[in-house]
Amino acid sequence: MTRIVTIETRDLDKSAKEGGCGECQTSACEKLSK
Amino acid sequence: MIHCYQFDGLNIVLDCHSGSIHMVDPVAYDMIRWYETQPAEDVISRAVTEHKITRGEAEECLSDIDSLKEAGKLYAPDKYENLARDFRKKNFNIKALCLHVAHTCNLNCSYCFASQGKYHGDRALMSYEVGKRAIDFLIENSGFHKNLDIDFFGGEPLMNWEVVKQLTAYGREQEKLHNKNIRFTLTTNGVLLDDEVTEFANREFHNVVLSLDGRKEVNDRFRVDYAGNGSYDKIVPNFQRFVAQRDGKSYYMRGTYTHFNPDFLNDIKHYLDLGFTELSMEPVVTDPASPSALTEEDLPVIFEQYDELARLMVQRHKEGRPFTFYHYMLDLTCGPCIYKRIAGCGSGTEYLAVTPWGDLYPCHQFVGDDKYKMGDIYEGVTNTDMRSKFASCNAYSRPECRDCWAKLYCSGGCAANAYHATGDISGVYDYGCKLFCKRIECAIAVKLLTSDIRKPGDE
Repeated sequence: MTRIVTIETRDLDKSAKEGGCGECQTSACEKLSK
Repeated sequence: MIHCYQFDGLNIVLDCHSGSIHMVDPVAYDMIRWYETQPAEDVISRAVTEHKITRGEAEECLSDIDSLKEAGKLYAPDKYENLARDFRKKNFNIKALCLHVAHTCNLNCSYCFASQGKYHGDRALMSYEVGKRAIDFLIENSGFHKNLDIDFFGGEPLMNWEVVKQLTAYGREQEKLHNKNIRFTLTTNGVLLDDEVTEFANREFHNVVLSLDGRKEVNDRFRVDYAGNGSYDKIVPNFQRFVAQRDGKSYYMRGTYTHFNPDFLNDIKHYLDLGFTELSMEPVVTDPASPSALTEEDLPVIFEQYDELARLMVQRHKEGRPFTFYHYMLDLTCGPCIYKRIAGCGSGTEYLAVTPWGDLYPCHQFVGDDKYKMGDIYEGVTNTDMRSKFASCNAYSRPECRDCWAKLYCSGGCAANAYHATGDISGVYDYGCKLFCKRIECAIAVKLLTSDIRKPGDE
């Protein structure tokens, strides 16, 4: 039986390598949600 | 670092530094919590004893935990401190301004952080010339940013409505010339929200915040005019008319709860009864000596309210009558990048407030406090030491946050709240932290309970 279900979430390591684009609204990511 | 909690039958495990979220059964819930502090053999035998499972089942679960650790989705190491140290110091482009178009207000709310809109100074309205220069200043200093945010704020911005319209038109003209996209927003108490404002705002403003504290008796306790009359009867019809014509664009009903109404869920239900579905209800942040200040004794009531709010959202989602709550809005798959999670709102660096005469402050909550003046829209940011101090304010700048599971959700918290609570923007507003952690737990639970994701043991 499945005891652990992992929810899909944004890969933070990958986002670190990509660098922040800075287009999000001052407070979804602007880039990914398009 | 992991954080484990339970909500209405869900066992939830958050992996802090990878951002991973796991729904687990009771066996895995315990084994994951024991894993880091007990030898594998002890974890297995304890699971067998306490959960009445076979050794093979316990070994299989432990193997799954090992695999998740190997994949970097459990007990992930913290790799981001260096990013935090350098990120804000690489550039000081500005992407958002809070334009204080009116340091005056037609209401006289005693809990107002802006001292009834005057910010501890004289009444003032921003001129078109100052606002125009502020927009030029933003564009000149925006660097690579294409999306720019301008919020019309006060006081009550509708008391300077002609200038708001002129500045919006000027911004629209300039964004075309400079290949920018300006998102205008407005925060209003609703007293002057007539048909003309409604039509203009629904055409031009990306988001509009409508201030109402909820039930009539709650709203009219603080939100009164200068004659002491409550504002509820005047503003609610204005808000209802406005929202009916909003045509799908964003708005927020935004209230403040205080020691007098820690049962704020009743105010949220009242919003729903009035037909509003994009909601926000915020804890008052005020002098602890104030009668309206929230107390430690209020916390259990407030926590229960947040739990019940989560349940109400799940129930209404199932009934096909969903509503949104500002702090429960999370995007798990397309959420913020690690840079945003570390750095937060950008106050004092990429976000600044502009007074009616063009002075710059780190954010709207510092306006009127002279030691936080950062420069002006003519000379730019001249207090670079202050800017550097705000640049180093992030999820990693406070020792108290180092072992907090929520630091990559809160980004180190609100500098203004920290300042008002401790006298230092690098301080920790402990009460706010408790509320924030509770809200994130509820937000994730709502997300899971309203999703189609199969639960552990569903097959």
